[in-house]
Amino acid sequence: MSNQNIYIPYLMRIEKITLEAPGVKTFRLKFENEQDAETFSFKAGQFGEYSIMGVGESTFCIASSPTRKEYIECTFRQAGKVTSALALAEEGDIVGFRGPYGNIFPIDEWKGKNLLFIAGGIALPPMRCVIWNALDLRENFKDITIVYGAKSVEDLVYKDELAEWRSRPDVKLVTTVDPGGETPDWKGEVGFVPTILEKTAPSAENTIAIVCGPPIMIKFTFPVLEKLGFMEENIFTTLENRMKCGFGKCGRCNVGEVYVCKDGPVFSYQQLKLLPAEY
Amino acid sequence: MQTENYLIRKSSLEKLFGNLIGNGKIVYAPKAKGNLALFDKVQAFGEITEDYIVTANSAKSVTFPRTEKLFSYHKSKESTEITDAANNTFPDVILWGTRPCDAAAFIPLTETFNGDFQDIIYNKRREKVLILSFSCKRSDEYCFCTSVNSGPGNTAGSDVQFTKLSDGDYLAEVITEKGQLLVKENCNLFEAKPEEDKEPNLAIVATRFNQEEIQAKLQNLFENPVWDDKSRACLGCGSCSYVCPVCSCFDIQDEAHGNKGTRLRCWDSCGYGLFTMHTSGHNPRNTQGGRWRQRILHKFLYMPNKSKVAGCVGCGRCSRSCPADINILDTLTSLQEEKPNE
Amino acid sequence: MNELIQKATILLESNSVQVVIGYGKGSANRTRAIFITQAADCEKLIFDSRCIQNLAVYLTKQEIKKLGKPAIVAPIPVLRSIVQLAAENQIAENDLVVLGVTPESELVEFESFAAIETFLSTHRIEIEGKYQKTIEMIKSMPVSERFAYWVKELEPCFKCYACRSACPLCYCTRCTVENNQPQWISVASHPLGNLEWHVMRAMHLAGRCTDCEACYNACPMGIPIHLLTKSMLQDVAENFGTYGPSLDKLNALSSFKPDDKESFIR
Repeated sequence: MSNQNIYIPYLMRIEKITLEAPGVKTFRLKFENEQDAETFSFKAGQFGEYSIMGVGESTFCIASSPTRKEYIECTFRQAGKVTSALALAEEGDIVGFRGPYGNIFPIDEWKGKNLLFIAGGIALPPMRCVIWNALDLRENFKDITIVYGAKSVEDLVYKDELAEWRSRPDVKLVTTVDPGGETPDWKGEVGFVPTILEKTAPSAENTIAIVCGPPIMIKFTFPVLEKLGFMEENIFTTLENRMKCGFGKCGRCNVGEVYVCKDGPVFSYQQLKLLPAEY
Repeated sequence: MQTENYLIRKSSLEKLFGNLIGNGKIVYAPKAKGNLALFDKVQAFGEITEDYIVTANSAKSVTFPRTEKLFSYHKSKESTEITDAANNTFPDVILWGTRPCDAAAFIPLTETFNGDFQDIIYNKRREKVLILSFSCKRSDEYCFCTSVNSGPGNTAGSDVQFTKLSDGDYLAEVITEKGQLLVKENCNLFEAKPEEDKEPNLAIVATRFNQEEIQAKLQNLFENPVWDDKSRACLGCGSCSYVCPVCSCFDIQDEAHGNKGTRLRCWDSCGYGLFTMHTSGHNPRNTQGGRWRQRILHKFLYMPNKSKVAGCVGCGRCSRSCPADINILDTLTSLQEEKPNE
Repeated sequence: MNELIQKATILLESNSVQVVIGYGKGSANRTRAIFITQAADCEKLIFDSRCIQNLAVYLTKQEIKKLGKPAIVAPIPVLRSIVQLAAENQIAENDLVVLGVTPESELVEFESFAAIETFLSTHRIEIEGKYQKTIEMIKSMPVSERFAYWVKELEPCFKCYACRSACPLCYCTRCTVENNQPQWISVASHPLGNLEWHVMRAMHLAGRCTDCEACYNACPMGIPIHLLTKSMLQDVAENFGTYGPSLDKLNALSSFKPDDKESFIR
């Protein structure tokens, strides 16, 4: 029998807060307890339960790369009770963190392949972790393409990093905003992610596609990828269902028989096709 | 261990109760309330009723309280202190008068709180519970324990099981070492095993379906009109889940009092419309039919697929307590007749 | 009730309604709500003294609304709920056929919600003597004793919200307990959380409750929560002079009149 109370969070101090977009912030978190920092490890794709004591817990992915060990980062949009309280937190404040939970992107299996990242809106954070992971191990992969869209220019998150990726010769970045969301000086694409993807996607040959976005975007992106010749086992996504515990006990995140928290959140399209549409 | 059988006289049963209470143990037993019997703390033997098929509430709250502290915290500007509730001393609890179904329910419940992630608070509570079940002499049309690999005299999960014999004395079957200890501590009350057999003293509960068959069928019945049909009257409350001895869904909630507070685990129910709703408003299970399907599939497909134990012990409480008379047996017996989708 | 079956059959056959909400055979000796969409199934309808569930609760449920225009079997408590739901603009006259059932088990049809109201004027809500006595007994307790009484009575409550779900007037899709910014009511089921929930529920029903006892009948733990709403019914009558549902009545606690009593301010 384990002696640890699995509900006790790590205490993390907010080292840095970045305002990414209206209502969207990134926290860089450092472990209060140095020993925790040393023993803690995670892999790309995993998530955690972030909390403000007295308010509650909220689920989001770890948005930083596992190759950067000094801290973890999370990006969230202020929406519900907990994220609203988190949004009020300041640098130096303490928040709770439980994790890492869930499965991982099988990045080790992607060695020698092209990677195509497709993200919409606030769904870039779960992908950012694996993007940086791949960029930090750049020699392991061939072409890396990122297609990222948001409602409007100001809703694009990680603007500095987008600039960095754009300037890198070893990354192809395509950004797009929904029609009407462009500004006069916008130089990217205009259109919904699936449409732009169809226009700009690299060859499906030896390429892994990783998709993350709201349910509606995912629904329209998969068929495009199939049309482009991607095999369903080469398409990956990360699901987000409502969660409380993070370890398969509280009973709400399951899609059919699988728990998104424990068996996911990362699924291949091949796996998803076998599951009922409960996400 | 090998089951040990004893006789305990009717009069000794009360003495046994007296010894337990005298030792400062907390005893939960069925207590009459109006037309219902409820599991509740009892102080005196006279408070216990014998007139019940099963109690309205289950006994699960002794290991999985409806509201339970996970930890408390104390915040200051500089730091936050956490006090782990798992370090608390949990009380010795005796469940007196559970039915075999209730005792058996602790097996899947304990399974849920273990596996890859072990819930130490649950386990610490569970260790301290002694289960003294009373086999069933009566059943009603809601009972279906025999359809889920249990029965009116099933001893699984019990530490000691008592069966009332024709002369009013009891057969005591000692199932576990915990039960053995109880006998040892009260050895003057337990006599050599009776001649009379247990079986004739048990209720007869007809088998209504075959659990393994249902499990096999459910594999391909996700899309089926039965879910909407059988749940049409469902009001979307959590009564079925909360009276269920196996249901274990929960919510995690904080309560603050100034700079101090607690993180709590509270019962929750898959019957609630908001249970799975995303903050965005998107809801993957947005109809009552979908939620009823989840309840059945969880118990009869997902749980037995994962851990070999079904999430239902056939106590029938959910049906008895449903304000809309949604009857789980209705659904299960009609599933029996369904042809799975190809 | 042959008359009821005949009427329901005609309504479905003529496609005047698409579903009949009524009572059918249930488990053990119970009856349950049934939703008949085929005329041939109308013979499953029954009506007798066991039919106590308030069917009006289904008029606002999305799953039932999807079935089309309903006819509803409506004994007195259901009729009262219909009038109150109409007063709160939750149902429209043209979207519903009411198959009234009198206390003598006679079928009575209504041309309008106003006709139901007129009918109900001869069937007024009366709080039974036994409840009156209990309520008086509780009200006469000193505050601390009364508080202890309710803490004890509400102790078995585990917040399954069956009371809320069974109540035709608790039709909000998002209840106050589920609004968490701010968190008005504690989610937890502990003495304070239980008290907050039941006080809030009673207050939200004050001046709206039609005394059908659906909440009490639904409670799996047998908690006498209907005493709270019954007491509220009396208080509202004493303070605002209304008792029971009416189409043109403003709900006592959500409306203001210059001559409203202020004696509650202490």
